[in-house]
Amino acid sequence: MADSMAQPAPQDGETRRDFLQLVAGSFAAVGVGAIAWPFISSMNPARDTLAVSTTDIDLKPIAAGSAITVVWRGKPVFVRSRTEEEIKSARATPLSELRDPQADQERVKKDQWLVVIGICTHLGCIPLGQKPTDERGPFGGWFCPCHGSAYDTSGRIRQGPAPTNLPVPSYAFTSDTQIRIG
Amino acid sequence: MSGFRSLRALVLGLGLMAGATPALAAGEGVSLPDTRFSFDGLFGHFDRASAQRGFQVYKEVCASCHSMHLLSYRNLRQLGLSEAEVAGIAATVQVMDGPNDEGQMVERPGRASDRFKSPFANEQAARSANNGAYPPDLSVITKAREGGADYIHALLVGYEDPPPGVQVADGMHYNRYFAGHQIAMPQPINSEGQVEYHDGTKATVEQMVRDVTQFLTWAAEPELEERKAMGVKIIIFLTILGGLAYAVKRKVWHDVH
Amino acid sequence: MATGLHKSDFQNPVIRWVDARLPVFTMMQKEYGTFPTPRNFNYFWNFGALAMVNLVIMIATGIFLAMNYTAHTGMAFDSVERIMRDVNYGWLLRYAHANGASMFFIVVYIHIFRGLYYGSYKAPRELLWMIGVVIFLLMMATAFMGYVLPWGQMSFWGATVITNLFSAFPLVGESIVTWLWGGFSVDNPTLNRFFSLHYLMPFVIFGVVFLHVAALHITGSNNPLGIDPKGPQDTVPFHPYYTAKDSVGLVVYFIVFAVLVFFFPNLLGHADNYIPANPLVTPPHIVPEWYFLPFYAILRAVPDKLGGVLLMFGSIAILFVLPWLDTSPVRSMRFRPLARPFFAVWCLCFLVLLYVGGKPPEEPFVTIARVATAYYFLYFLVILPLLGRLERPLPLPESIARPVLRGGGPLPAGAMSKPMEKA
Repeated sequence: MADSMAQPAPQDGETRRDFLQLVAGSFAAVGVGAIAWPFISSMNPARDTLAVSTTDIDLKPIAAGSAITVVWRGKPVFVRSRTEEEIKSARATPLSELRDPQADQERVKKDQWLVVIGICTHLGCIPLGQKPTDERGPFGGWFCPCHGSAYDTSGRIRQGPAPTNLPVPSYAFTSDTQIRIG
Repeated sequence: MSGFRSLRALVLGLGLMAGATPALAAGEGVSLPDTRFSFDGLFGHFDRASAQRGFQVYKEVCASCHSMHLLSYRNLRQLGLSEAEVAGIAATVQVMDGPNDEGQMVERPGRASDRFKSPFANEQAARSANNGAYPPDLSVITKAREGGADYIHALLVGYEDPPPGVQVADGMHYNRYFAGHQIAMPQPINSEGQVEYHDGTKATVEQMVRDVTQFLTWAAEPELEERKAMGVKIIIFLTILGGLAYAVKRKVWHDVH
Repeated sequence: MATGLHKSDFQNPVIRWVDARLPVFTMMQKEYGTFPTPRNFNYFWNFGALAMVNLVIMIATGIFLAMNYTAHTGMAFDSVERIMRDVNYGWLLRYAHANGASMFFIVVYIHIFRGLYYGSYKAPRELLWMIGVVIFLLMMATAFMGYVLPWGQMSFWGATVITNLFSAFPLVGESIVTWLWGGFSVDNPTLNRFFSLHYLMPFVIFGVVFLHVAALHITGSNNPLGIDPKGPQDTVPFHPYYTAKDSVGLVVYFIVFAVLVFFFPNLLGHADNYIPANPLVTPPHIVPEWYFLPFYAILRAVPDKLGGVLLMFGSIAILFVLPWLDTSPVRSMRFRPLARPFFAVWCLCFLVLLYVGGKPPEEPFVTIARVATAYYFLYFLVILPLLGRLERPLPLPESIARPVLRGGGPLPAGAMSKPMEKA
């Protein structure tokens, strides 16, 4: 090929070329890497998506022992008005029996009201237990029909494949009967 | 800056060749006064104090007719307002929300994530309240007019008495820079002190016009600062890379030439 | 060596294992590594590679824009502005895509100009050239549909005017337009199908580009002298020689691109397209994007509706038969003293058409457009066929290596003797 006609280059010339190519190549690689970032970043939540993040809930219509589901950031949030027995059973459970140990007191702001994100921590199904007719599982909280995870009256995982408790979103009481999530 | 000007001349020249000029023809032969703004040029940036004052002008003067439906109150954080200030501004408007659990639409105070409230429910309502003319949305107005910020500035200071012999139609106003010179909008910024600036700046007409132009440019191109800053870095990077690539090319071809 | 396996020359065991079963590495090595390429390319030969890179940029930015775009008349405009404001780096993706289209046409126009000047369309590269014209047509269709998507005033009225071109055809015209629209005006069905097709077409272009490259690698590249390489002394391996040279052009290309995107992102666009589409109000000056202006000028140069449409399509169709219109056996205009000024005038006419295409349809622009249009066709239909017979070309060099090496220091012995033997 054409290489055969090239003069054998002096030794230092060869190394200088190699070094130059290395520098130029690394520069170009940095450039390509930097170009990739805006593409990847553009798939993260946009600023308007991040901004719409509060939901107000009126607690008055929720009777003791019943629950409502509201949507926050596109996800269902379970708000349950717990009965005395439900609170008692949640508090009586020793932490040693829990897969993801957390006291009930840490998971509520007022004893009566349990607010959790209603997505099974296993693979994202919505557990049953919101309607009075629903199967609530052996621990009286929620039961996920997909793979059989059961949660107790504090939304803690007790049985089945799910690894962690139903998470508690950040929320605050804006009045005695109103909460704002987010 | 002279380097930048020649660069601009080069690019404009390219653009001319590429036929970008025809679009400029819409100005109808009246050349705009050249106005310098802080956001011009290679290192352009927004004058935040001016843009904040401009927002005040928009709110107190323009907003009674012109919507800016692409902006949210949270965007004002970028102009240097605090979270509490933004929340306060948003809370002054009532926003329709719902339906609630009873199925009713309810009004609630605005939040930072809400869009700027429009003065009219829809285009028809806006037209009927304005003699049939539609006050355009101002969200991207500096991008939507040839001449951009310079044009907006010129239009706002371009009201004058019609030259002799020119008949201005009923309900219209003579403007030196408006296409056809007859504009339905009466001179919006017309007297000194029309807006009382919180920061003590003297509210001359020119000052108010410049401030609101600054604000509208920011509204249309909120990415401008980030864009230009990134551009400077990337062009420096590419220049170095270009030098390296050329050096490699020279070395590679050394044996052949 | 097991039967049915490709005999790979690669040493690395993993590459060798793959290559023996699917010889992609051998193919890449052959087509982009050792591929013998004329040694005398100038920088005009960068533009094919640049166009390829540009296509990849358009597809990449386009896919990510589509993730946030909403193809609905009521939401398209706002969704584009949401990309500009709220999506992370959305402004960068959109401005790169919009200006990338302009860059693509700049690159391709120079690429075509290169082909016209150096006679790259002549035998044996006729099919290569024709495939290139197909790519150009597909690009135009894609760019047109893409410009409709932001659903601004220019989007809407551009779509209306261009689709109405088809109404010029007798009998079937109206039905074709209704079919294109999917309704009785440019509306939501039109926007939806344009989005669908705009997403599809780049991949079609990619396929045709593959054919373009495949055809190129059969005939080999033309070169500034327009003569065939006569042996190894006339060529260099593609890598590292032309990878290095293309890299230089690529960086310059990126600098121009970056100046547009970061400092003049709307220079080549129209302000009217930041006004949401309004089917009841036509903007006072509607013009297509700059890269369509020469053809738009040809369309308007003809006072007859059907005639204008036919001439406009004809101005591109004529490129398909160019290899047979140009009767000169000499490829490069370096050796065609008479053709060179005629071609220069043709280029001037193209630029003039580009200019008047953006001017209002009034005098003197109409007359200028007519004169330029006439020359545009005259050049292909009359001048080129005649020149081949009348012109006395300059003597061609014996080989590529000789003129390049002349005055360039001592000649390697081999390079000197080989062309002599062949000659």
